[in-house]
Amino acid sequence: MNVLVCISHVPDTTSKINFVENNTKFNTGGVQYIINPNDEFGLTRAIWLKEKQGAQIHVVHVGSAMADPTLRKCLAIGADKAFRIDTPAIDGGAVAKELAAFVTANSYDLIIAGRESIDYNGSMVPGMLAGLLDIPFIPNCVGLEINGNEAVAEREMDGGREKLKGTLPIVIGGQKGLVEESDLKIPNMRGIMQARQKPFEVIAPQQASAATQDVLYEKPAPKADVKLVPADDIDQLIELLHKEANVI
Amino acid sequence: MSVLLFAETENNTLKRNAAEVASYAAALAKSLNTNSLAVAFNADNAQDLGQYGISKVYNIINAPEQFDANVYAHALSQYISNTNATHIVVSSSADAKFLAPLLAAKNNAAYVPNAVALPNKLEPLTVKRTAYTNKAFVHTELDAEINIIGVGNNSFGTVEQFVDCVVENDSPEHTASNLDQVSMSKETGKATIADADVVVSGGRGLKGPENWHLIEDLADVLNAATACSKPVSDMGWRSHDEHVGQTGKPVSTNLYIAIGISGAIQHLAGVNASKVKVVINNDPEAPFFKAADYGIVGDAFEVVPALTEKLKAFKAQS
Ligand SMILES: Cc1cc2nc3c(=O)[nH]c(=O)nc-3n(C[C@H](O)[C@H](O)[C@H](O)COP(=O)(O)OP(=O)(O)OC[C@H]3O[C@@H](n4cnc5c(N)ncnc54)[C@H](O)[C@@H]3O)c2cc1C
Ligand SMILES: Nc1ncnc2c1ncn2[C@@H]1O[C@H](COP(=O)(O)O)[C@@H](O)[C@H]1O
Repeated sequence: MNVLVCISHVPDTTSKINFVENNTKFNTGGVQYIINPNDEFGLTRAIWLKEKQGAQIHVVHVGSAMADPTLRKCLAIGADKAFRIDTPAIDGGAVAKELAAFVTANSYDLIIAGRESIDYNGSMVPGMLAGLLDIPFIPNCVGLEINGNEAVAEREMDGGREKLKGTLPIVIGGQKGLVEESDLKIPNMRGIMQARQKPFEVIAPQQASAATQDVLYEKPAPKADVKLVPADDIDQLIELLHKEANVI
Repeated sequence: MSVLLFAETENNTLKRNAAEVASYAAALAKSLNTNSLAVAFNADNAQDLGQYGISKVYNIINAPEQFDANVYAHALSQYISNTNATHIVVSSSADAKFLAPLLAAKNNAAYVPNAVALPNKLEPLTVKRTAYTNKAFVHTELDAEINIIGVGNNSFGTVEQFVDCVVENDSPEHTASNLDQVSMSKETGKATIADADVVVSGGRGLKGPENWHLIEDLADVLNAATACSKPVSDMGWRSHDEHVGQTGKPVSTNLYIAIGISGAIQHLAGVNASKVKVVINNDPEAPFFKAADYGIVGDAFEVVPALTEKLKAFKAQS
């Protein structure tokens, strides 16, 4: 079984978010980049498939060399081979088109992406990829079992869960639940040494065109100070919520 | 040119979010000087969309009973081409976020989710949406022939404007599903985090699962959904479905009440899109107070029952 894990490379949540060039570009200065948390759950699930079901695990990223340390980390965690499609990730559609061409050329049985990237929270790439390949897609995935050529996966929906079954190849959008945090693999010395020997290919893009373009960033207006209400004057809070905030 | 809305249904009834998304679609159609149409699946009350400015609804009456993203995306694509739809409006529900990327891929469309307002420019179509997990906004241009906008929950609001609404019941041919449902579990009759106007959320400050009646009683009075911080679900005090924040469910509700939650950046990131935030915490230095609109410094075990009682009285007389 060949498994592809799509890796997005995002600022750590605690990073300060700032913009430059008249608020048209994200300021990467001083920002710590990490593997998108949703993808980390997916990668660990993939490595279980390797350990228990003998799968071959590839990771892929569409973007610049800035993400190379992240891809090396994926190799150190246990992926067998890394690919970077060398083109800036302009929008979800263009990334999905690059990935679709890559998947078609290499044939994978299972494609694990994340529920969303925590930078734009788009939840776009996995669904678009499945749509382009015309294969089944299961988002918000909190459980996955592969038996032969069949996948059974559970998705979280608003107010519940749905378990779905489909024939491989399939795309999933994974998140916590696929594995738990305590299951996440941390690269050890041996893994890091081995990663240096593992194949890492940089490949030429399709030059897929983007349909959207981010033109301007804005920070939320600074927040007014909190209005504190004494603990023994709850009527005042109710009054404020009713008359001032208009929410009850 | 026309604006086409995907109106979501559940148990053959329009979902609550259909009103907001319809209001958005109608306002967009008005600014484009064109029609606002909707496609709904098995909606017994499809004509209600007329209250929010939708003039025509194609109601598909032979759709699978359960939402099926691939089948729905195929069906919607037919209406997009039949009506020459150029602007598609969807919600930000879990189902809409499932469907929209498939729809975009099938129609070579541009798609942006989490829009917070009507487009601020029509040529090129430019939409403001949240980015960096609510720490910023980005203005995005969409320049495909078909453009899909996902409207953030509670970001636009509902606007009533009655128009005559024609409902056409259709039975189009469906593609086969590429997934089979094995099982589904869904709490019925309970407000969900995605749909509720109010969310009451508890953190580690509540000390243990046995104290959650405080949260539930308050939520009951407000007809609110209940939520929790990540450690609370990690420790198994509450089910994972209630975990909100950066790695949990996003919350963008009208009123978010945080009780015994410190306000860590990963928690705030996921709930900051909520309009009004109330914090109850016994530590005046808790970071959440900086992100809150209203706060009470006090012991949850005293403040919350008192708040619940007072709200009951308030609801009874209003
Ligand atoms: C990668 C990553 C992702 C994360 N994602 C999330 C996420 O999605 N969601 C999330 O919530 N967290 C997330 N976290 C965890 C986050 O950093 C915090 O640890 C967590 O939010 C703290 O939960 P808490 O506020 O319930 O607990 P605490 O931080 O322990 O806060 C408890 C609060 O209760 C107050 N308190 C105590 N007793 C009382 C009382 N009697 N009355 C009133 N108040 C009282 C205390 O003053 C304190 O402020 C993430 C962390 C990481 C590293
Ligand atoms: N540039 C990228 N390269 C590879 N995979 C990506 C990239 N961007 C997004 N993805 C995948 O798509 C998922 C959802 O991302 P997004 O659509 O950006 O919210 C991520 O969790 C990744 O698995």
